[in-house]
Amino acid sequence: MIPEFGHIALVIALCIAVLQSVLPLAGAQQGNVAWIATTRPLAHAQFFFLVISFGCLIVAFLQNDFSVKYVAMNSNTALPTMFKVAAVWGAHEGSLLLWSVTLGLWTSAVAAFSKTLPNAVVARVLAVMGMIAVGFMLFILLTSNPFDRLFPAPLNGGDLNPLLQDPALIIHPPMLYMGYVGFSVAFGFAIAAMLAGNLDQQWARWTRPWTTTAWLFLTMGIALGSWWAYYELGWGGWWFWDPVENAAFMPWLVGTGLMHSLAVTEKRGLFKSWTLLMAIAAFSLSLLGTFIVRSGVLVSVHAFASDPARGLFILIFLGIVIGASLTLYAYRASSLETRVGFAPFSRETFILLNSILLVIAAGVVLLGTLGPLVFGAFDLGSVSVGPQYFELVFLFPMLPLVLAVGVGMHTAWRSANPRELFRRLKWPALGALVAGVLIPWLVFGSVSLLTAVGVTIGLWTVIASLIDPAKKVVGKGPRITRGMVAMQLAHLGLGLTVLGITVTSAYTVVTDESMRPGDTREIGGYTFRFDETLPITGPNYEGIQGVFTVSRNDTELTQLKPEKRVYRVQTNPMTEAGIQGGLGRDLFIALGEQLGRGAWSVRIQYKPLIRFIWLGCIVMVIGGLVAISDPRYRQRVTAKAAADGATATA
Amino acid sequence: MTPRRQRMLAVAIVFVGVSIAATLVLRALDMNTMYFFGPEEIVKGEAPVDKAFRLGGLVVDGSFHREPGSLEAIFMVTDNVEIVTVSYTGVLPDLFTEGQGMVATGMLRADGVFVADEVLAKHDENYMSPEVAKMLEEKGHPANAMDTLVEDPT
Repeated sequence: MIPEFGHIALVIALCIAVLQSVLPLAGAQQGNVAWIATTRPLAHAQFFFLVISFGCLIVAFLQNDFSVKYVAMNSNTALPTMFKVAAVWGAHEGSLLLWSVTLGLWTSAVAAFSKTLPNAVVARVLAVMGMIAVGFMLFILLTSNPFDRLFPAPLNGGDLNPLLQDPALIIHPPMLYMGYVGFSVAFGFAIAAMLAGNLDQQWARWTRPWTTTAWLFLTMGIALGSWWAYYELGWGGWWFWDPVENAAFMPWLVGTGLMHSLAVTEKRGLFKSWTLLMAIAAFSLSLLGTFIVRSGVLVSVHAFASDPARGLFILIFLGIVIGASLTLYAYRASSLETRVGFAPFSRETFILLNSILLVIAAGVVLLGTLGPLVFGAFDLGSVSVGPQYFELVFLFPMLPLVLAVGVGMHTAWRSANPRELFRRLKWPALGALVAGVLIPWLVFGSVSLLTAVGVTIGLWTVIASLIDPAKKVVGKGPRITRGMVAMQLAHLGLGLTVLGITVTSAYTVVTDESMRPGDTREIGGYTFRFDETLPITGPNYEGIQGVFTVSRNDTELTQLKPEKRVYRVQTNPMTEAGIQGGLGRDLFIALGEQLGRGAWSVRIQYKPLIRFIWLGCIVMVIGGLVAISDPRYRQRVTAKAAADGATATA
Repeated sequence: MTPRRQRMLAVAIVFVGVSIAATLVLRALDMNTMYFFGPEEIVKGEAPVDKAFRLGGLVVDGSFHREPGSLEAIFMVTDNVEIVTVSYTGVLPDLFTEGQGMVATGMLRADGVFVADEVLAKHDENYMSPEVAKMLEEKGHPANAMDTLVEDPT
């Protein structure tokens, strides 16, 4: 019965979403207060029934109800409980339900935390989000119902893909979806503003914390995915320019641009139509990402299922969303723009540059990701775009962007004095340049031009972010607001990530070796000794563990224990790498296969500074958290609400 | 310079800049675009000799060979029409086995051996690279590895 309850709850949620997309919007457009008043209850009710539905699916997994096809395909009695819950979103149907629940959560959150916004605004925003919810729930019910029954029910299930049996994978999809779907709030606000024909600085102030929250979840989700790929896919890569990675990265790039352009709209009332376009683009790219992941049109680790009906549905949905919002944009955007001037050398110019470069970056990634699709559509042959394309082309917008970050954050709004700025920044910039060339050269013995450039701009961003806080510590700096701390932290994180990417790309040592127990190899100044192999047994797998002793200058440092596992149900071998992490470098061993005569193929890696990549992301996320904690977003709104209340009583 | 001329100049500079950037990006795209070929096309001589491409197909049963203790593996790949020999030195992916689909990136050597620098296998037992599956289907030899639990069990 429980799966049927889940199914019915989903249908009810769909019906509520239909109401939610019609009643509040009609009310707001016609000034019908009673209809507007239905907005919040409908939003909460929709979320409530989605949670019931999702809960039913979790229960079906926990009870090993293999009469449900989706459970039978993705779970097993021997699967640890933790992974049974994660398996709920481990494949196509469940992950779409998670998508809908996440949208429901955002909808409900907007309804709950917008008490001080005018009701008509909330009504329009939630109506737009309701329409998206309708699309997704229809998609689930028509093409991908996780509650479909299987008859006869198998005795045991097909188990969760072993690659996904990992703690990071429990939180990676929800984080990513919180980010992806979170951009629907900014999208809702953008459409609402265009429908109402009114976009002021107050609008930007409402939209900013929601956008930043979505962005920080997406940042976390992408970082977790990269981290998972690094230690779980087994071969030590941390970014593959896989279509699905790109699918999450493009909304991130545009979402980052949106955050910055929203800042200008809030502070200066500028870039309004650009901000709207970025909000539409960020969410459209999120939908496109869903299409890429779910339709199976592209070859990817994440392509669960290729079903043309599903792909077609999302493509049509995508067409409607993008088509409708751009049409609205074409009619309304220009009337919203206000003419305020700013000097060519000002914070505004730098943020404009930031937006343009981020859009270009997203554009070249989009070109490389969809290029093969276009080739396929015109029957020009089956092609793929190699990571070399992305690695090369991505640098064009990114190098100037990162270089400009450090200057932009010290440039005043409206109009800045370039000479004064040069005087303030010349020593930090020179320091970054000297250190950027010397440090890699002294530590690693050689430095290429690109590496020197990367380390320099990474250090430059780090130093630029720390100038004001450092001055403050000495006691002569300017007043630092919470917003500035947030910006400094986020940019500091960016600098750390750039440093990590540059150094790890330039100085990683990777080697495939054939080793017998007793053999030693020297890699990156470390000695790796292969001691022995041991049999191991896990809850739902068996395998072999290799024992390696790592030493440096005859001092034993650590033992690494890479594993080769064979999961009982799916009988796939799986590589678990042995990693010794450190802030300065990671040592990484993966066990390949037996080569005969007692030898094993072994991949050994020395990866300097790789942790900086994720450390930087964590610092960026902390910056985002500080930004949304700013009481400014609540104070001003409360003052405005007080004014509204006063006029209402008067 | 009059303001009008200045504007014209600015437009011209932007136009030239965008054109150069677009050319560079498209060139990079073209240089790093790899085509996909099956053994039949290679034997017919349709695959490039001086450019990297991707080869897909099934690993022929019993063709896998490796000198004990050596990292170099030699195996054959087929599309059920023709067979191509592949050489790869290094650690093979977990799911690489005889009789299963794989995609390799590399170049064709003068003697007709495909020297791979990367080998990818399917991601799980129900999943085969869509490209390999499509190729086998078009050639009238659909892969049977796919119709397990994924397909309708009835």
